[in-house]
Amino acid sequence: MTTFVELLVNGLSIGAVYALIALGFVIIFKATEVVNFAHASLLLAGGYLVARLWPLIGFWAALLAGILAAALVAAAIEFLVIRRANVASHSVLAIVTIGVDIVLTTELTRQIGTDVLAMGDPWGSQVMRFGGVTIAETRIVALVTAALLITAFLLAFKYTGWGVAMRAAAEDAETASLMGIRLGRVSMSAWAVAGALAAVAALFLCVFPTPGLDRSTSLVALKAFPAAILGGLDSTTGALVGGLIIGVTESMMSGYQNDMAFLGRGIGDVAPFLVMLVILLIRPAGLFGTKELARV
Amino acid sequence: MADLAVSDLVVGYGPVRALRGVSMRVPSGSIVAVLGANGAGKSTLLRAISGTLRFHRGSCQGSVTLGDQRLTGLDAATVVGRGVVQVPEGRRVFARMTVEDNLRAGGLGRPRREYAKAHDQVVELFPVLKERSRQRAGLLSGGEQQMLAIGRALMAGPTTLLLDEPTLGLAPLMAARITETIKEINSLGTSVLLVEQNVAMALSLASHAYVLEVGEVALQGTSAELRTSDEVRRRYLGIADAVEGALETRTLSRWS
Repeated sequence: MTTFVELLVNGLSIGAVYALIALGFVIIFKATEVVNFAHASLLLAGGYLVARLWPLIGFWAALLAGILAAALVAAAIEFLVIRRANVASHSVLAIVTIGVDIVLTTELTRQIGTDVLAMGDPWGSQVMRFGGVTIAETRIVALVTAALLITAFLLAFKYTGWGVAMRAAAEDAETASLMGIRLGRVSMSAWAVAGALAAVAALFLCVFPTPGLDRSTSLVALKAFPAAILGGLDSTTGALVGGLIIGVTESMMSGYQNDMAFLGRGIGDVAPFLVMLVILLIRPAGLFGTKELARV
Repeated sequence: MADLAVSDLVVGYGPVRALRGVSMRVPSGSIVAVLGANGAGKSTLLRAISGTLRFHRGSCQGSVTLGDQRLTGLDAATVVGRGVVQVPEGRRVFARMTVEDNLRAGGLGRPRREYAKAHDQVVELFPVLKERSRQRAGLLSGGEQQMLAIGRALMAGPTTLLLDEPTLGLAPLMAARITETIKEINSLGTSVLLVEQNVAMALSLASHAYVLEVGEVALQGTSAELRTSDEVRRRYLGIADAVEGALETRTLSRWS
């Protein structure tokens, strides 16, 4: 039972981090209809800066700088690449983002080399005990932070002028512009917010029990893709639920893999994608996605 | 307040010419109607004024001016900022958002005090929007959606309002209600460019009208002139002179 609770809490925690990434993915898709394959490299960029800067300026300042930098890089991708690319179809833009991702990731992995960079976080490897259940502090902090950020985002999305503009532009861009909404600003702010969320996620992907940031971190970030897709690419709720499903699945499958030896080792890494496939077979638009097979 | 003027406007969608040298003027404070059949280029004209041709891969030459400011080439949001606001055809309310959020989307660019004032005016004009403020716009009836679409545009504080077929598909009573509202909005000082297929209704509202035919201005004049013009009577109002046989006259005027 204690193992189960530990696995569940760890799963929810890592799931909340996936949800942060997936949420960014979804807002970019909602605002610009672009599937952003460069998301993992944004995350890597944010995390890399935090790891490099904390010995110089301290952890909190480094974290802030990493978040701002990731937001800026994302906004720059929107401004320099997405906005200028005058292409007929959004699928072409998705492929353009793959190009951006390859360029950014290659450069960053070259910088990182074979190092494993510590994040310099104040939580270290301390654990908290609740009865017999042992949970790493970093996991608790990740869960709380992600929950706060997601709540703040959803409230802003529902109640602020920015949120109204985002939703209007997502629903009908032409009419939104007829109402005086500046689509360029909406789209750029969506990218910036997504970048910032990715940087926070990078931090929590690289702290204990993970040894640190290394060249494979962007692969870990890839697990947020199934989270976004199984929730429904255009649904913020879907991103949250999808993130949690993926996190818990992965944690459980890894935790109990000895009981499922017939599936082989490393099933935890594969499970998110299996879950995605099964859900998409049953609900092709994802759990909360709009049933819209073609946009006109 | 300034006149909206369109001169020598040529619009093409790829190789297709939708407008060929259209000129017209909406004097400040007036209601001007643009009449014409489907495909005459009415909506294209409004797109060119509002700066939304790029959404349809269209390009334009010629000019649109408001007073001495050029609107051609500006993006849609800037045109709205200059006071020229369009209520698009088919209402296009944000169906998944609440009525209140739709109104908010219309007035996002405005300072809080102006916003509150515009909001008061809109709900006074359309009390139903206040009653339904928490409902999703997609659940409103067609007439209510049209009211919301007009109200949303008014939130931006237009000096010139462009209306694309505001009574299309509405029950007669509701259409009459919308007509009254347009009159009321105009009496408060907003110029109106009204695009309509319902010629009788449009001529009763407008002081001046233009008839578009395959991308060109075929006729223009005051509403009184157009109402008595044989061309308009036969082709748009469906009134034939009693002396001649209706069908025969129609065929003859087509081919003469």
